[in-house]
Parts: sequence; structure tokens; C-alpha cells
Amino acid sequence: MKNSSRRGFMGKAFGAVAGVGAIASLYAMKKSWDPLPSVKAAGFTTLDMSGYKDNELVTEKWRGKPIFVLKQDAAMVETANKNPKDIERLIKIGDAYYMVCIGLCTHLGCIPGYRPDSKDFLCACHGGMYDATALVTKAPPPRGLDIPPFKVDGNKLVLGEEGPEYKKMKETGITL
Amino acid sequence: MAHFTKATSVKDWLNQRLAIEKVEKVMASEYWIPKNINFLWAMGMVLVITFALLLVSGIFLLMYYQPNVNLAFDSVNYTIMREVDFGWLWRHVHGVAASVVFLIIYIHMFTAIYYGSYKKGREMIWISGMLLFVAFSAEAFSGYMLPWGQMSYWAGMVITNLFSGGSLHADGLVEWIRGDYVPAQAFLNRFFMLHVLLIPVAIMGLIGLHFGALRIPHVNNQDGEEIDFDAESKKYLAGDKAGSKVIRFANDFMSKDMMVVAIYLVFFFYLVFFHYDFAMDPVNFDPADGLKTPTHIYPEWYFLWSYEILRPFSTNIGLMAFAFAQVIFMLLPFLDRSPNAVPASRRGLFKFWFWAMLIDMIVLTSMGKVPPIEPFGTIGFYAALTFIGLWILLPIITIFEKKA
Amino acid sequence: MKNKEPLILVIVVFFSLVTYYLVEPFAHSQMHKHVESEGFAYADLPSVKTGDATRGKDLVMGAGACTGCHSIKSADMPAPMDAVSAAAAYGVNPPDLSNAGAVYDAKFLNALIKNPAHALMVEHKFDAAKGQMHPMVAFYGAGGDIDQEVADMVAYLQSIAPKADKLTPKMAFETACGRCHAVRYEKWTQIGETPTFKFKKDALAQKIKVLEYQDSLTKYMGKLPPDLSMYIRSRGEHYIKTFVENPQNYLKGTAMPRVGVNAEAADKVIEYLEDAGDAKRHERTNVGINVMIFMLVFVIFAVLWKREVWRDLH
Repeated sequence: MKNSSRRGFMGKAFGAVAGVGAIASLYAMKKSWDPLPSVKAAGFTTLDMSGYKDNELVTEKWRGKPIFVLKQDAAMVETANKNPKDIERLIKIGDAYYMVCIGLCTHLGCIPGYRPDSKDFLCACHGGMYDATALVTKAPPPRGLDIPPFKVDGNKLVLGEEGPEYKKMKETGITL
Repeated sequence: MAHFTKATSVKDWLNQRLAIEKVEKVMASEYWIPKNINFLWAMGMVLVITFALLLVSGIFLLMYYQPNVNLAFDSVNYTIMREVDFGWLWRHVHGVAASVVFLIIYIHMFTAIYYGSYKKGREMIWISGMLLFVAFSAEAFSGYMLPWGQMSYWAGMVITNLFSGGSLHADGLVEWIRGDYVPAQAFLNRFFMLHVLLIPVAIMGLIGLHFGALRIPHVNNQDGEEIDFDAESKKYLAGDKAGSKVIRFANDFMSKDMMVVAIYLVFFFYLVFFHYDFAMDPVNFDPADGLKTPTHIYPEWYFLWSYEILRPFSTNIGLMAFAFAQVIFMLLPFLDRSPNAVPASRRGLFKFWFWAMLIDMIVLTSMGKVPPIEPFGTIGFYAALTFIGLWILLPIITIFEKKA
Repeated sequence: MKNKEPLILVIVVFFSLVTYYLVEPFAHSQMHKHVESEGFAYADLPSVKTGDATRGKDLVMGAGACTGCHSIKSADMPAPMDAVSAAAAYGVNPPDLSNAGAVYDAKFLNALIKNPAHALMVEHKFDAAKGQMHPMVAFYGAGGDIDQEVADMVAYLQSIAPKADKLTPKMAFETACGRCHAVRYEKWTQIGETPTFKFKKDALAQKIKVLEYQDSLTKYMGKLPPDLSMYIRSRGEHYIKTFVENPQNYLKGTAMPRVGVNAEAADKVIEYLEDAGDAKRHERTNVGINVMIFMLVFVIFAVLWKREVWRDLH
């Protein structure tokens, strides 16, 4: 006896058509989870670089994260020039050098504090240390502070956009 | 303790632990449904699908909705309608489904009344169904508050005021319900909770009860015929499918359900994309303003008949009539004194009662929306009296009904 | 046994449609007055002469004294005061005239220059006999034929205005409605689009300016004109158009003036409001058509499956 609780050919075909509808609605559901256009639009922050002072750490905000901006004074530039790894981390705008990076320790994400006297960063959570270009000098952090995508636009810096200088840093492995 | 053997397949492994074959038989392939039915018997499945649409669309609205009097309106009309990808789709599906679900509930209800499907052991099906109607009404009302538009606010004001009980002046009760002197933040928050948690949980429980109530008395059929389900199912399993009076729930009944559902969904999605204004009142696209009542204020269409029973009378009598209308359908199995569980067309005076009730409710629905000017006031008044009169007449005409 | 399903379907559909008709078209016809559009013809205003733009320019810049209050940015005429001070002085910021020739109907502009309160249909509020002067001073002529002079001025405004296809919905809205109505979903306030500020105090300063402007406007109009973000859904195209054409149609005695837009500009204003309050309408139609096609295929397969299963049951 043919068991009519099993589906015949049309039953399977109907199930397939219903499945197509379900997948199409999954597409709409996936899109509804995406970040909103307003969130994406807020993903770009423009910094006017003329306002920063030598050896004074300013914390800006980009995509909800703290961004450290540290204009290097002459002595810091001199020190950095001795170490190619240091000088490559700095962004040159006009004649000035800036350290711009995400202010979250690469170990576990705490915010390191800057000590203007010793010109270095100390992360209070696990004792990680960074120099004035935010290159790691003492473990546990595995690497220097990450540099956000940036684009130099005259005297301004646009965070969130990838300019040639940033792409080069990425290629040479200076930042992740 | 049960004895487990090494499984021969995944199905066997599951079967030993969950008895899936048995469950499948009980729930689907050997859940027997009468063959002598028409498409009105598919309204249950149509309601299940509509409820599923409400649930899914509601989940996505919940992701972006803000239950705050300052943010609610813009979170709906800006964030959901403009920013969220397909947010407009969820909102339109939710709004239209909330309205259409009542159309199907009313069709489902009047089907049951017409075929006498609330008698002879089917009383609990009817009562659980009416409880579902009450729960859906509360769900619809609480949901209507959430966009915090002009209609949300003023419907909230008017409906909660009903609980003052007219001359009883139970203003304390009204303030308790609102959590404030007027509908405000506390009110919006608690109705949000009711809409997304308490009432949906109650609805799901009641759906379980409603389905459970069907198992013992079985589904009714077009002629109210008493079927020997055991004998007929044996006949079916023996191969005489054409001669048997019963069919399997799946796939036999299911395939027809799905056909009706498919046709219904064409209608439903047409409304969602191209004809949604009836379900999304334009007035509610004005933000709530506690200092300005809209020129015309009326509930959604599915509440109009009971609203109209309230309106033509003075406050106290109106409230009593309204309370009467809210509970009276629940008592139908006990007010209908005739033992005949056959279609209304074969039931003498009840036939006229059925059509009179249907038409009277449509008249009430219509009069509930138009402004209270003449002749609408008078028509509404007599329609309300007719409604009450019909219910008083029901036990009388059914007592004298001849055995069919 | 005969198949009763078609009859049952007819009955269900019939009662559903009757109910729908009664609670929607019928009830709304009882609640709202129906106003037929005049097609922005402004039939009550007199016909006008053909103007000369060159002479008109001299009048607008000279004897007409328009630029004493109005800016004409496209002709490099700056505004005499900023929006907030202008509103404090006149109640509302006088419009920039760069787009006026494209947005406003020519007959309306002619009538407006000669008698603002009449053309704007606010004579109930500004009755010269009672000393209630409209803030826009009427033009009493520069010595010649006043009708010709006015037509010349209008011709000049039309000559500097963008062509119809260059007029964007936003330009039409800003000129016609934007000095009284905010549209927060488009970041539009009565004093212009709100920029993004880095510092909170700048944002607050901007907000204060808006509030000061709105205070003057509220005093001038009696109440603050509403934000129009969702008007396309709350009022609909027909209502908005017939209201703009003649506000007195719906609200006798309203302070809202007749705006005097031409039919094309009215369509642009509607488009602007649709972009604000019904931004996804095109996507809705497209997705809707696809869903309907899918649902029809779904119905076909559902019917075929039902037939297959029920073949053995009959």
C-alpha cells in the first residue's frame, strides 16, 4: 500500500518552492541585522591636526573607540629617527610628526595611560608598556597600539578612510 | 527502565529516545480529520501562519523599537521605516497582519457558530477560542500604543478611562493601570511589556489549549455528522481511502490547508505592499500630543462593533452594554439550548438568528466609525439594542427548536 | 453531494468587502470634506501682462525695493539680516528670491507684489483698514503702468530662476514651505539644514538660534507650524496639494497663507515630503511586485500538490 503520509513529487516540489520563499525572507532578515546607514556614516571622523600641541596626548573618538593623538616634539622625533620601526609609525603632516593610534592595549583592550615626563605609555591592567610612538616596549602586549585607517587630507586627517600612507603601513606590517 | 539497543540509523536513535514515529502518527499521519469539510476549516492554519508572520516581523521591530515617549515615534517612523534595511517590510507586515488576523478570527468564529461547532463536547474549543480572541484584542490594543502617535495616545486615554466604571469613579484604578495621571512613560513601558512578553506567552499557551481541546471531540464537519473515527480510520488504513469518511491531518488535510494559505497569502501580501492604509491609520503618523485630540477618533475596525455598543447610551448603561458584549460570546454554548449540532440552515429560527447577528455586527462596525451625527446615531442605537435583544432571544428560540 | 465551496467563498468575500467599504471609503467620506483640486490655476486672480526682464531687474533692485528685505543669492544680493533677526523683525524670514520665479505661479506673484495679504489669502489677519499691515509692503508703482511694472519684475524673477528640470524637490520645498515648517527627518529647520557639530556647545548654539526663530514665528502665526516629516503618510498627497492650494478650504481662518506654488513645484514639494516620510516607497513597490510573482507560483504549486494528494481521496 502506498503510504500517503509520504510526499509525492508535487509535495516535494511544493516544499522546494516554499523553501525558496523562506531563503528570500532570510535575506531580508540578514539585511535587517546590518549596521544602520547612520552608524556607517558615523564611521568617519575628521581631525584638524593644527590644534595639537607637542607632547600633549589628546584622546579623540572614532567608531566608539578612543583614538590617541600625540604630536611629537623635536626630542621625540630625534629618538624615533634612531629606530626605523618607530619613525615608520608616525604620520607626517606638513613638517610635524604625529602618533595616531587606537588607545586600546593590544593585550586585552584596556586604555593605557600616557606619562608625559617619561614619554611612554603604561597599561595599568597588566603592566604593558609602549614608547612615545606606541610601539610595545614591555610585554604582555604582543605588538604596538594599532593604527586606525586614515587618509591625509591637507592639514586634516580622515579616520575610517584608507589613504596611501595607511595602505603602505599595512603592507609593511607596521599595523594590523 | 526502557531498554536501548544500538541504533541502526539516526532516525532509529531518535526514535528510541523521543518516539518520533509515534509523535508523527499522533500529530500528523494518524490524526484523523473528517473529509466532509470545506475551505473554512483551513482558517485555523491561516491563523497559525498569520501569527507566525506577526511573531517574525515583531522580532525585527523589537530590535530597533525604543519604548520611550520621546523616542518611540521616531524609532518607528525614522529608524525602522527609513534606516533599517527592510524595516518598512517588517512594519507593514506587522501592521497589516494585526488587522487581517481579526478578519480571519471573525470568519473562524462565524464558521463555528454556523456549523454549531461549540456543542456536544466542543464547548472547550469554543471557550479557549474566545479566550484567544480576548488575548488577541489585548495584544492588538497594547501594540497600537507603541508607535506613540496621536491615535495611540488618545486610544490609550479613552480605553483606560473605561475602567473608571462610569459613576463608580474608580479613577484610582485608571491611574493604577496607567501608572500616571495620563498615558505617559510608565504607561508606554508597561504596555510594551504586555505586548512583547506577557500577552504573547498567554496567546501561545492558549493556542496549545485550543489545539488540545480539539483532540477528544474531534473536528466538526459540514453536516454535524457523528463519525466513528476508529472504524473510519481502519477503513482508510485498509486502503479504502475514497470510501472512508476521514482523512489524515498530514498530508491530506495539510495539502488543502496549504492551498488555502497560499491563496490567502496572495491577498495578504497585496495588502502589505499596495493597500496598507486601512491597517495603518494615517492619523497615527502624527506624533502623540496630549494637548490636542484628533478631530475624529475611532478604534481599529475590529473593535468598532463593541465600541458602538458603548457609544449610543449614557455612560453607565453604555459601560454595562459594553461589558455585556465582551462576555456574551463566551457563553454561546450555554445560551444555545438546542442539542442540534448541524448547520444553521437546518435549524429553523436559528438560521435567521445567525444572519441577523452577522448583519447587525456589520452595521455596528460601520456605525462605530462614522461621526456620531444623525442618522448614524439612531441606526447605531437600534443596532446596539438589536444586538442585546438577539442574545436575549437566543435561549428562547433554541429551546423550542425541533430535533433535527 | 454538490460542491458548496464557490458559494461559501462568494458569501465570505461579499461580507468582507461590505465591511471594508463601510469602515474605509464610506466612513472616511463622512468624516472628511472632499475638496477638488483646482490644478493650481488660481482662477480668482486676474490675468497678467507680458513682462520685460531687463526693465524688471531695475525695478527689483531699485524702485521696487525688493532687496531691502529679500536676498537674491543667484544674483549676488546678500540678505540684509540673518534669519533669526529677520524673523524677529517681520515674524518670518523673507524668502530668497533666486528660485521664486520657478516655484511660484506668475499670476500669484503679480497679485502678491501688488497686494500681499490678498494673494496670500490672509486678509482676515491683515486688514489694512484696521491698521494690521502685512509685513511685506505692497508695491504702489514706480510712476508708469503698475500692471506692466509688476509683470516686468516677475519676468525678471523668472529669468534668473532655474529651469523646471533644474529645480530640485529640496529647492522647491525650501522656497515654498521651509521658512515656517521643519522636517526633522531631513535635518531641516526653519533656518536651514542642521550641520553636524563636533562640539556640543556649537550644536546647542544652533539649537538656540532655531528656538529663537521659532519663538518669533510662533508669535507671528499664532502657533508653531507643524513639522512635516510624516505628513505624506498622515495627510496624503491629495490633502496636502488641495490644502496648499487654498488653506482656507479646510481650516477657515487659519494663519497659513496660500503659498501660490505652480503645479510643477507642488509635485516637487510632494516628492520632497515622500523622500522624508515614505523614503522606501520605490523599494516597496519593487519588492512587492517580486513577492506577488512568487506568491502566484506558490499558489500554482500548492494547488498541484493538493490535487495530487486528493486524487486518491475522492
